[in-house]
Amino acid sequence: MSLVFYISSFVAILATIMVITRHDPIHALLYLVASFLAIAVTFLSLGAPFAAALEVIVYAGAIIVLFIFVVMMLNLGKETANQEKGWLRLRVWLGPSILVLVLLAEMIVVLLQPQPTAMPAAVVTPREVSLSLYGEYIIAVELVGFLLMTGIVGAAHIGKHKKKNLHRYLQTYPNLN
Amino acid sequence: MTVMQHIWIVLGVLFVFLNIAAGLIWVERRLLAMWQDRLGPNRAGPLGLFIVLADTLKLFFKEDWIPPFADKWVFILAPAIVVASVLMGLAIVPFAPGIVVADLNVGLMFFLAMSSLGVYSIVLGGWASNNKYSLLGALRGASQMIAYEVFMGLSLMGVVMLSKSFNLTDIVAAQENMWFIVTQPVGFVIFFIAGLAETHRLPFDIPEAESELIAGFHSEYSGMKFGMFFIGEYLGISLISAMTVTLFFGGWLGPAFLPPVVWFFLKTFVFIGIFILMRASLPRPRYDQLIGYGWKLLLPLVLLNLLVTGAIALWLRS
Repeated sequence: MSLVFYISSFVAILATIMVITRHDPIHALLYLVASFLAIAVTFLSLGAPFAAALEVIVYAGAIIVLFIFVVMMLNLGKETANQEKGWLRLRVWLGPSILVLVLLAEMIVVLLQPQPTAMPAAVVTPREVSLSLYGEYIIAVELVGFLLMTGIVGAAHIGKHKKKNLHRYLQTYPNLN
Repeated sequence: MTVMQHIWIVLGVLFVFLNIAAGLIWVERRLLAMWQDRLGPNRAGPLGLFIVLADTLKLFFKEDWIPPFADKWVFILAPAIVVASVLMGLAIVPFAPGIVVADLNVGLMFFLAMSSLGVYSIVLGGWASNNKYSLLGALRGASQMIAYEVFMGLSLMGVVMLSKSFNLTDIVAAQENMWFIVTQPVGFVIFFIAGLAETHRLPFDIPEAESELIAGFHSEYSGMKFGMFFIGEYLGISLISAMTVTLFFGGWLGPAFLPPVVWFFLKTFVFIGIFILMRASLPRPRYDQLIGYGWKLLLPLVLLNLLVTGAIALWLRS
Protein backbone atom coordinates (compact mmCIF):
# COMPACT_ATOMS: atom_id res chain seq x y z
CA MET A 1 0.00 0.00 0.00
CA SER A 2 2.88 2.39 0.59
CA LEU A 3 3.60 2.62 -3.16
CA VAL A 4 -0.02 3.73 -3.68
CA PHE A 5 0.48 6.28 -0.92
CA TYR A 6 3.62 7.75 -2.50
CA ILE A 7 2.17 7.90 -6.00
CA SER A 8 -1.06 9.58 -4.87
CA SER A 9 0.80 12.06 -2.66
CA PHE A 10 3.05 12.94 -5.58
CA VAL A 11 0.00 13.49 -7.78
CA ALA A 12 -1.59 15.63 -5.07
CA ILE A 13 1.50 17.85 -4.77
CA LEU A 14 1.86 18.19 -8.53
CA ALA A 15 -1.85 19.03 -8.95
CA THR A 16 -1.67 21.62 -6.19
CA ILE A 17 1.32 23.32 -7.82
CA MET A 18 -0.66 23.41 -11.06
CA VAL A 19 -3.59 25.02 -9.19
CA ILE A 20 -1.36 27.89 -8.16
CA THR A 21 0.32 28.42 -11.51
CA ARG A 22 -2.73 28.24 -13.85
CA HIS A 23 -4.00 31.56 -15.21
CA ASP A 24 -7.49 30.40 -16.14
CA PRO A 25 -9.56 30.01 -12.93
CA ILE A 26 -11.56 27.04 -14.26
CA HIS A 27 -8.41 25.13 -15.17
CA ALA A 28 -7.02 25.88 -11.72
CA LEU A 29 -10.20 24.50 -10.13
CA LEU A 30 -9.99 21.37 -12.27
CA TYR A 31 -6.49 20.74 -10.95
CA LEU A 32 -7.87 21.31 -7.45
CA VAL A 33 -10.39 18.52 -8.10
CA ALA A 34 -7.54 16.26 -9.19
CA SER A 35 -5.69 17.19 -6.01
CA PHE A 36 -8.71 16.30 -3.83
CA LEU A 37 -9.12 12.98 -5.59
CA ALA A 38 -5.44 12.23 -5.03
CA ILE A 39 -5.83 13.07 -1.34
CA ALA A 40 -8.82 10.71 -1.17
CA VAL A 41 -6.62 7.91 -2.53
CA THR A 42 -4.00 8.83 0.07
CA PHE A 43 -6.62 8.44 2.81
CA LEU A 44 -7.63 5.10 1.34
CA SER A 45 -4.06 3.84 1.36
CA LEU A 46 -3.76 4.87 5.02
CA GLY A 47 -6.78 2.71 5.91
CA ALA A 48 -9.48 5.38 6.15
CA PRO A 49 -12.03 4.51 3.41
CA PHE A 50 -14.79 6.51 5.08
CA ALA A 51 -12.73 9.71 5.11
CA ALA A 52 -11.76 9.04 1.48
CA ALA A 53 -15.39 8.73 0.41
CA LEU A 54 -16.34 11.88 2.31
CA GLU A 55 -13.44 13.77 0.72
CA VAL A 56 -14.81 12.94 -2.74
CA ILE A 57 -18.49 13.54 -1.88
CA VAL A 58 -18.03 16.80 0.04
CA TYR A 59 -14.97 18.48 -1.45
CA ALA A 60 -14.63 17.19 -5.00
CA GLY A 61 -18.35 16.60 -5.57
CA ALA A 62 -19.98 19.59 -3.92
CA ILE A 63 -17.72 22.43 -2.80
CA ILE A 64 -15.60 22.70 -5.95
CA VAL A 65 -18.74 22.42 -8.08
CA LEU A 66 -20.05 25.49 -6.25
CA PHE A 67 -16.72 27.26 -6.86
CA ILE A 68 -16.95 26.48 -10.57
CA PHE A 69 -20.60 27.59 -10.50
CA VAL A 70 -19.61 31.01 -9.16
CA VAL A 71 -16.68 31.41 -11.57
CA MET A 72 -18.98 30.50 -14.45
CA MET A 73 -21.57 33.06 -13.40
CA LEU A 74 -18.95 35.81 -13.10
CA ASN A 75 -17.79 34.92 -16.63
CA LEU A 76 -14.21 36.00 -16.08
CA GLY A 77 -12.56 36.48 -19.44
CA LYS A 78 -9.15 37.28 -20.83
CA GLU A 79 -8.62 40.23 -18.46
CA THR A 80 -8.65 38.05 -15.37
CA ALA A 81 -6.17 35.65 -16.93
CA ASN A 82 -3.88 38.59 -17.71
CA GLN A 83 -4.33 39.92 -14.18
CA GLU A 84 -3.38 36.50 -12.81
CA LYS A 85 -0.31 36.51 -15.04
CA GLY A 86 0.69 39.85 -13.57
CA TRP A 87 0.37 38.47 -10.06
CA LEU A 88 2.69 35.54 -10.70
CA ARG A 89 5.89 37.60 -10.95
CA LEU A 90 9.13 36.40 -9.41
CA ARG A 91 8.98 39.04 -6.66
CA VAL A 92 5.59 37.76 -5.49
CA TRP A 93 6.29 34.06 -5.20
CA LEU A 94 9.95 34.17 -4.18
CA GLY A 95 9.35 35.04 -0.49
CA PRO A 96 6.72 32.34 0.28
CA SER A 97 8.72 29.76 -1.65
CA ILE A 98 11.86 30.38 0.44
CA LEU A 99 9.83 30.03 3.65
CA VAL A 100 8.24 26.78 2.40
CA LEU A 101 11.65 25.45 1.40
CA VAL A 102 12.85 26.03 4.98
CA LEU A 103 9.87 23.97 6.21
CA LEU A 104 10.66 21.27 3.65
CA ALA A 105 14.27 21.07 4.85
CA GLU A 106 13.04 20.76 8.42
CA MET A 107 10.62 17.99 7.46
CA ILE A 108 13.37 16.07 5.68
CA VAL A 109 15.53 16.32 8.80
CA VAL A 110 12.65 15.06 10.96
CA LEU A 111 11.95 12.17 8.58
CA LEU A 112 15.62 11.18 8.60
CA GLN A 113 15.60 10.67 12.38
CA PRO A 114 16.11 6.97 13.15
CA GLN A 115 12.61 6.31 14.46
CA PRO A 116 10.22 3.61 13.29
CA THR A 117 7.84 5.40 10.95
CA ALA A 118 5.73 2.50 9.75
CA MET A 119 2.34 3.56 8.45
CA PRO A 120 -0.64 2.43 10.52
CA ALA A 121 -2.22 -0.41 8.59
CA ALA A 122 -5.44 -0.74 10.61
CA VAL A 123 -8.58 0.02 8.63
CA VAL A 124 -10.98 2.45 10.34
CA THR A 125 -14.54 1.30 9.66
CA PRO A 126 -17.47 3.70 9.20
CA ARG A 127 -18.91 2.42 12.49
CA GLU A 128 -15.86 3.57 14.46
CA VAL A 129 -15.88 6.97 12.76
CA SER A 130 -19.57 7.48 13.56
CA LEU A 131 -19.20 6.32 17.17
CA SER A 132 -16.34 8.73 17.82
CA LEU A 133 -18.16 11.58 16.04
CA TYR A 134 -21.31 11.12 18.12
CA GLY A 135 -19.49 10.13 21.32
CA GLU A 136 -16.11 11.73 21.91
CA TYR A 137 -16.51 14.69 19.55
CA ILE A 138 -20.22 15.40 20.01
CA ILE A 139 -19.58 19.00 21.16
CA ALA A 140 -17.50 19.76 18.07
CA VAL A 141 -20.21 18.28 15.83
CA GLU A 142 -22.89 20.40 17.47
CA LEU A 143 -20.76 23.55 17.27
CA VAL A 144 -20.23 22.94 13.56
CA GLY A 145 -24.01 22.58 13.31
CA PHE A 146 -24.44 26.02 14.90
CA LEU A 147 -21.90 27.51 12.51
CA LEU A 148 -23.63 26.08 9.44
CA MET A 149 -27.01 27.27 10.75
CA THR A 150 -25.62 30.82 10.92
CA GLY A 151 -24.66 30.58 7.28
CA ILE A 152 -28.13 29.32 6.32
CA VAL A 153 -29.87 32.10 8.27
CA GLY A 154 -27.62 34.70 6.62
CA ALA A 155 -28.30 33.32 3.15
CA ALA A 156 -32.05 33.20 3.81
CA HIS A 157 -31.97 36.82 4.99
CA ILE A 158 -30.11 38.00 1.89
CA GLY A 159 -32.33 36.00 -0.44
CA LYS A 160 -35.63 37.06 1.13
CA HIS A 161 -36.22 40.43 -0.52
CA LYS A 162 -39.39 40.50 -2.57
CA LYS A 163 -39.37 41.09 -6.31
CA LYS A 164 -40.69 44.56 -7.17
CA ASN A 165 -40.84 44.52 -10.98
CA LEU A 166 -43.22 41.76 -11.86
CA HIS A 167 -43.92 40.27 -15.25
CA ARG A 168 -47.22 41.57 -16.66
CA TYR A 169 -48.71 38.09 -16.35
CA LEU A 170 -48.02 38.07 -12.62
CA GLN A 171 -49.37 41.63 -12.28
CA THR A 172 -52.69 40.40 -13.66
CA TYR A 173 -52.75 37.29 -11.47
CA PRO A 174 -50.88 38.35 -8.31
CA ASN A 175 -51.80 35.25 -6.31
CA LEU A 176 -49.73 33.07 -8.65
CA ASN A 177 -46.49 34.55 -7.38
CA MET B 1 -10.98 -15.19 -5.83
CA THR B 2 -8.19 -15.29 -8.40
CA VAL B 3 -7.05 -12.35 -10.48
CA MET B 4 -8.46 -13.92 -13.65
CA GLN B 5 -11.92 -14.24 -12.08
CA HIS B 6 -11.79 -10.55 -11.14
CA ILE B 7 -10.89 -9.57 -14.68
CA TRP B 8 -13.73 -11.72 -16.06
CA ILE B 9 -16.23 -10.07 -13.72
CA VAL B 10 -15.04 -6.59 -14.70
CA LEU B 11 -15.23 -7.41 -18.40
CA GLY B 12 -18.63 -9.05 -17.94
CA VAL B 13 -20.11 -6.05 -16.15
CA LEU B 14 -18.72 -3.68 -18.79
CA PHE B 15 -20.04 -5.84 -21.63
CA VAL B 16 -23.51 -6.31 -20.14
CA PHE B 17 -24.08 -2.70 -19.15
CA LEU B 18 -22.69 -1.10 -22.31
CA ASN B 19 -24.98 -3.39 -24.29
CA ILE B 20 -27.96 -2.60 -22.07
CA ALA B 21 -27.26 1.10 -22.56
CA ALA B 22 -27.13 0.67 -26.34
CA GLY B 23 -30.21 -1.56 -26.35
CA LEU B 24 -32.14 1.06 -24.39
CA ILE B 25 -32.07 3.27 -27.51
CA TRP B 26 -34.49 0.77 -29.07
CA VAL B 27 -36.38 -0.10 -25.87
CA GLU B 28 -37.07 3.54 -25.06
CA ARG B 29 -38.32 4.42 -28.56
CA ARG B 30 -40.54 1.35 -28.79
CA LEU B 31 -42.02 1.87 -25.33
CA LEU B 32 -42.60 5.59 -25.88
CA ALA B 33 -44.26 4.77 -29.19
CA MET B 34 -46.47 2.18 -27.53
CA TRP B 35 -47.64 4.65 -24.91
CA GLN B 36 -48.28 7.29 -27.56
CA ASP B 37 -50.23 4.96 -29.93
CA ARG B 38 -47.45 4.84 -32.53
CA LEU B 39 -45.29 2.02 -33.85
CA GLY B 40 -41.83 3.46 -33.28
CA PRO B 41 -38.75 2.16 -35.12
CA ASN B 42 -39.88 -1.11 -36.78
CA ARG B 43 -38.15 -1.21 -40.18
CA ALA B 44 -34.48 -2.17 -39.70
CA GLY B 45 -34.09 -5.82 -38.78
CA PRO B 46 -36.41 -7.94 -36.61
CA LEU B 47 -38.77 -5.69 -34.58
CA GLY B 48 -36.64 -2.74 -35.65
CA LEU B 49 -33.78 -3.86 -33.42
CA PHE B 50 -31.09 -2.77 -35.89
CA ILE B 51 -31.98 0.87 -35.19
CA VAL B 52 -29.33 0.54 -32.47
CA LEU B 53 -26.70 -0.33 -35.08
CA ALA B 54 -27.87 2.37 -37.46
CA ASP B 55 -27.82 5.00 -34.71
CA THR B 56 -24.38 4.00 -33.46
CA LEU B 57 -22.91 3.96 -36.96
CA LYS B 58 -24.40 7.37 -37.64
CA LEU B 59 -22.86 8.78 -34.46
CA PHE B 60 -19.46 7.30 -35.33
CA PHE B 61 -19.39 8.75 -38.83
CA LYS B 62 -20.63 12.24 -38.02
CA GLU B 63 -18.11 15.04 -38.12
CA ASP B 64 -16.55 15.35 -34.68
CA TRP B 65 -16.50 19.11 -34.51
CA ILE B 66 -14.91 21.25 -31.81
CA PRO B 67 -16.08 24.85 -32.07
CA PRO B 68 -13.19 27.33 -32.45
CA PHE B 69 -14.52 29.42 -29.56
CA ALA B 70 -14.61 26.45 -27.16
CA ASP B 71 -12.07 25.61 -24.48
CA LYS B 72 -10.65 22.62 -26.35
CA TRP B 73 -9.36 20.32 -23.62
CA VAL B 74 -12.20 20.83 -21.17
CA PHE B 75 -14.64 20.37 -24.07
CA ILE B 76 -13.09 16.96 -24.82
CA LEU B 77 -12.88 15.96 -21.16
CA ALA B 78 -16.53 16.65 -20.24
CA PRO B 79 -18.30 13.79 -22.10
CA ALA B 80 -15.77 11.26 -20.82
CA ILE B 81 -16.52 12.15 -17.19
CA VAL B 82 -20.18 11.17 -17.31
CA VAL B 83 -19.52 7.68 -18.70
CA ALA B 84 -16.51 7.08 -16.47
CA SER B 85 -18.27 8.11 -13.26
CA VAL B 86 -21.35 5.97 -13.96
CA LEU B 87 -19.24 2.93 -14.89
CA MET B 88 -17.23 3.39 -11.68
CA GLY B 89 -20.52 3.49 -9.77
CA LEU B 90 -21.47 0.12 -11.24
CA ALA B 91 -18.35 -1.39 -9.64
CA ILE B 92 -20.03 -1.76 -6.24
CA VAL B 93 -23.37 -3.23 -7.36
CA PRO B 94 -23.68 -6.90 -6.28
CA PHE B 95 -25.43 -8.78 -9.09
CA ALA B 96 -25.50 -12.14 -7.32
CA PRO B 97 -23.67 -13.69 -4.35
CA GLY B 98 -19.97 -13.30 -5.25
CA ILE B 99 -20.55 -11.46 -8.53
CA VAL B 100 -19.42 -7.95 -7.65
CA VAL B 101 -16.44 -5.99 -8.93
CA ALA B 102 -15.45 -4.33 -5.64
CA ASP B 103 -17.02 -5.47 -2.38
CA LEU B 104 -16.13 -2.27 -0.52
CA ASN B 105 -17.12 -1.76 3.11
CA VAL B 106 -18.05 1.82 2.19
CA GLY B 107 -19.83 0.73 -0.99
CA LEU B 108 -22.81 3.05 -0.59
CA MET B 109 -20.56 6.05 0.03
CA PHE B 110 -18.58 5.13 -3.08
CA PHE B 111 -21.78 5.14 -5.13
CA LEU B 112 -22.71 8.59 -3.76
CA ALA B 113 -19.18 9.87 -4.45
CA MET B 114 -19.28 8.70 -8.06
CA SER B 115 -22.74 10.12 -8.68
CA SER B 116 -21.60 13.45 -7.24
CA LEU B 117 -18.63 13.51 -9.64
CA GLY B 118 -21.02 13.07 -12.55
CA VAL B 119 -22.13 16.70 -12.23
CA TYR B 120 -18.77 17.82 -13.65
CA SER B 121 -19.67 16.55 -17.11
CA ILE B 122 -22.65 18.92 -17.31
CA VAL B 123 -20.90 21.88 -15.71
CA LEU B 124 -17.69 21.61 -17.71
CA GLY B 125 -19.43 20.69 -20.95
CA GLY B 126 -21.71 23.70 -20.67
CA TRP B 127 -18.93 26.07 -19.70
CA ALA B 128 -16.39 24.88 -22.28
CA SER B 129 -18.91 25.22 -25.13
CA ASN B 130 -18.77 28.99 -24.61
CA ASN B 131 -22.38 29.35 -25.68
CA LYS B 132 -25.00 31.13 -23.61
CA TYR B 133 -27.61 28.37 -23.87
CA SER B 134 -25.05 25.78 -22.87
CA LEU B 135 -23.97 27.93 -19.94
CA LEU B 136 -27.58 28.33 -18.77
CA GLY B 137 -28.02 24.58 -18.99
CA ALA B 138 -24.83 24.03 -17.03
CA LEU B 139 -25.90 26.45 -14.28
CA ARG B 140 -29.26 24.71 -13.99
CA GLY B 141 -27.64 21.29 -14.01
CA ALA B 142 -25.16 22.21 -11.29
CA SER B 143 -27.75 23.55 -8.87
CA GLN B 144 -30.22 20.75 -9.58
CA MET B 145 -27.70 17.98 -9.11
CA ILE B 146 -26.10 19.45 -6.00
CA ALA B 147 -29.52 19.91 -4.39
CA TYR B 148 -30.79 16.42 -5.21
CA GLU B 149 -27.52 14.77 -4.15
CA VAL B 150 -28.35 15.83 -0.60
CA PHE B 151 -31.72 14.08 -0.62
CA MET B 152 -30.29 11.06 -2.35
CA GLY B 153 -27.69 10.60 0.37
CA LEU B 154 -30.12 11.25 3.23
CA SER B 155 -32.84 8.98 1.83
CA LEU B 156 -30.40 6.06 1.89
CA MET B 157 -29.39 6.55 5.52
CA GLY B 158 -32.59 4.83 6.68
CA VAL B 159 -31.50 1.71 4.80
CA VAL B 160 -28.06 1.98 6.40
CA MET B 161 -29.66 2.25 9.86
CA LEU B 162 -31.75 -0.88 9.32
CA SER B 163 -29.01 -3.00 7.77
CA LYS B 164 -26.23 -1.53 9.97
CA SER B 165 -23.80 -1.49 7.06
CA PHE B 166 -22.60 0.54 4.08
CA ASN B 167 -21.65 -2.67 2.29
CA LEU B 168 -24.15 -3.47 -0.46
CA THR B 169 -23.78 -7.24 -0.12
CA ASP B 170 -24.69 -6.92 3.57
CA ILE B 171 -27.60 -4.63 2.68
CA VAL B 172 -29.01 -7.24 0.29
CA ALA B 173 -28.44 -9.99 2.87
CA ALA B 174 -30.34 -7.91 5.47
CA GLN B 175 -33.41 -8.04 3.18
CA GLU B 176 -33.63 -11.84 3.39
CA ASN B 177 -36.85 -11.68 5.44
CA MET B 178 -38.36 -8.41 4.28
CA TRP B 179 -37.45 -6.04 1.45
CA PHE B 180 -36.65 -2.51 2.56
CA ILE B 181 -39.47 -1.15 0.38
CA VAL B 182 -41.81 -2.30 3.16
CA THR B 183 -39.94 -0.58 5.98
CA GLN B 184 -38.57 2.39 4.01
CA PRO B 185 -41.29 3.44 1.54
CA VAL B 186 -40.57 7.15 1.97
CA GLY B 187 -36.85 6.56 1.49
CA PHE B 188 -37.58 4.65 -1.71
CA VAL B 189 -39.80 7.37 -3.20
CA ILE B 190 -37.31 10.12 -2.42
CA PHE B 191 -34.37 8.05 -3.70
CA PHE B 192 -36.20 7.43 -6.95
CA ILE B 193 -37.10 11.11 -7.43
CA ALA B 194 -33.52 12.11 -6.61
CA GLY B 195 -32.30 9.46 -9.05
CA LEU B 196 -34.45 10.99 -11.80
CA ALA B 197 -32.96 14.40 -11.03
CA GLU B 198 -29.39 13.05 -10.86
CA THR B 199 -29.65 11.40 -14.26
CA HIS B 200 -31.46 14.55 -15.47
CA ARG B 201 -34.10 12.48 -17.20
CA LEU B 202 -37.52 13.79 -18.08
CA PRO B 203 -39.47 15.19 -16.25
CA PHE B 204 -36.32 16.66 -14.66
CA ASP B 205 -34.30 17.23 -17.83
CA ILE B 206 -34.12 20.94 -17.04
CA PRO B 207 -30.39 21.31 -17.94
CA GLU B 208 -31.19 20.41 -21.54
CA ALA B 209 -34.85 21.51 -21.81
CA GLU B 210 -35.00 21.60 -25.60
CA SER B 211 -37.96 23.95 -25.79
CA GLU B 212 -36.07 26.65 -23.89
CA LEU B 213 -32.34 25.99 -24.28
CA ILE B 214 -32.00 24.20 -27.68
CA ALA B 215 -30.20 21.24 -26.12
CA GLY B 216 -28.76 22.88 -23.03
CA PHE B 217 -25.30 21.86 -21.98
CA HIS B 218 -24.65 19.67 -25.04
CA SER B 219 -25.85 22.08 -27.74
CA GLU B 220 -22.37 22.36 -29.27
CA TYR B 221 -21.53 18.65 -29.18
CA SER B 222 -21.67 16.39 -32.20
CA GLY B 223 -20.55 12.94 -33.28
CA MET B 224 -19.32 10.51 -30.67
CA LYS B 225 -18.84 13.23 -28.04
CA PHE B 226 -22.59 13.76 -28.09
CA GLY B 227 -22.87 9.96 -28.17
CA MET B 228 -21.01 9.82 -24.85
CA PHE B 229 -23.59 12.08 -23.18
CA PHE B 230 -26.30 9.97 -24.79
CA ILE B 231 -24.90 6.64 -23.63
CA GLY B 232 -24.00 8.14 -20.24
CA GLU B 233 -27.65 9.00 -19.69
CA TYR B 234 -28.76 5.43 -20.42
CA LEU B 235 -25.98 4.04 -18.24
CA GLY B 236 -27.15 6.39 -15.49
CA ILE B 237 -30.70 5.02 -15.78
CA SER B 238 -29.37 1.47 -15.55
CA LEU B 239 -27.22 2.36 -12.53
CA ILE B 240 -30.06 4.05 -10.63
CA SER B 241 -32.41 1.15 -11.44
CA ALA B 242 -29.80 -1.38 -10.30
CA MET B 243 -29.22 0.58 -7.09
CA THR B 244 -32.98 0.86 -6.42
CA VAL B 245 -33.28 -2.91 -6.77
CA THR B 246 -30.26 -3.54 -4.55
CA LEU B 247 -31.29 -1.13 -1.81
CA PHE B 248 -35.07 -1.50 -1.65
CA PHE B 249 -36.16 -4.58 -3.63
CA GLY B 250 -33.90 -7.30 -2.31
CA GLY B 251 -31.26 -7.30 -5.07
CA TRP B 252 -30.73 -10.84 -6.28
CA LEU B 253 -33.18 -12.36 -3.76
CA GLY B 254 -36.18 -14.18 -5.21
CA PRO B 255 -37.86 -17.61 -5.43
CA ALA B 256 -35.39 -20.36 -6.28
CA PHE B 257 -36.77 -21.38 -9.70
CA LEU B 258 -34.66 -18.70 -11.39
CA PRO B 259 -30.96 -18.01 -10.74
CA PRO B 260 -30.17 -14.88 -8.65
CA VAL B 261 -28.64 -12.93 -11.58
CA VAL B 262 -31.84 -13.36 -13.58
CA TRP B 263 -33.91 -12.02 -10.69
CA PHE B 264 -31.61 -9.04 -10.40
CA PHE B 265 -31.87 -8.10 -14.06
CA LEU B 266 -35.64 -8.74 -14.22
CA LYS B 267 -36.20 -6.30 -11.36
CA THR B 268 -33.76 -3.80 -12.90
CA PHE B 269 -35.63 -3.84 -16.20
CA VAL B 270 -38.91 -3.12 -14.42
CA PHE B 271 -37.37 0.08 -13.03
CA ILE B 272 -35.85 1.03 -16.37
CA GLY B 273 -39.38 0.70 -17.74
CA ILE B 274 -40.70 2.99 -15.02
CA PHE B 275 -38.01 5.56 -15.91
CA ILE B 276 -39.25 5.53 -19.51
CA LEU B 277 -42.90 5.66 -18.40
CA MET B 278 -42.06 8.79 -16.38
CA ARG B 279 -40.73 10.38 -19.54
CA ALA B 280 -43.82 9.42 -21.49
CA SER B 281 -46.34 10.65 -18.97
CA LEU B 282 -45.09 13.68 -17.04
CA PRO B 283 -44.56 17.30 -18.13
CA ARG B 284 -41.39 19.18 -17.28
CA PRO B 285 -41.69 21.41 -14.17
CA ARG B 286 -40.41 24.96 -14.12
CA TYR B 287 -36.87 25.39 -12.83
CA ASP B 288 -37.79 27.22 -9.59
CA GLN B 289 -40.57 24.69 -8.95
CA LEU B 290 -38.04 21.88 -9.11
CA ILE B 291 -35.62 23.48 -6.66
CA GLY B 292 -38.42 24.66 -4.33
CA TYR B 293 -39.98 21.19 -4.38
CA GLY B 294 -36.64 19.72 -3.37
CA TRP B 295 -35.73 22.01 -0.51
CA LYS B 296 -39.21 22.72 0.84
CA LEU B 297 -40.86 19.31 0.55
CA LEU B 298 -38.30 16.55 0.09
CA LEU B 299 -35.75 17.78 2.63
CA PRO B 300 -38.18 17.98 5.61
CA LEU B 301 -39.73 14.68 4.54
CA VAL B 302 -36.41 12.88 4.34
CA LEU B 303 -35.28 14.25 7.72
CA LEU B 304 -38.58 13.14 9.26
CA ASN B 305 -38.09 9.70 7.73
CA LEU B 306 -34.63 9.51 9.32
CA LEU B 307 -35.98 10.60 12.71
CA VAL B 308 -38.82 8.06 12.70
CA THR B 309 -36.58 5.24 11.45
CA GLY B 310 -34.01 6.00 14.13
CA ALA B 311 -36.65 6.15 16.86
CA ILE B 312 -38.20 2.83 15.83
CA ALA B 313 -34.79 1.17 15.51
CA LEU B 314 -33.92 2.32 19.05
CA TRP B 315 -37.31 1.26 20.41
CA LEU B 316 -37.00 -2.21 18.89
CA ARG B 317 -33.55 -2.65 20.37
CA SER B 318 -34.53 -1.73 23.94
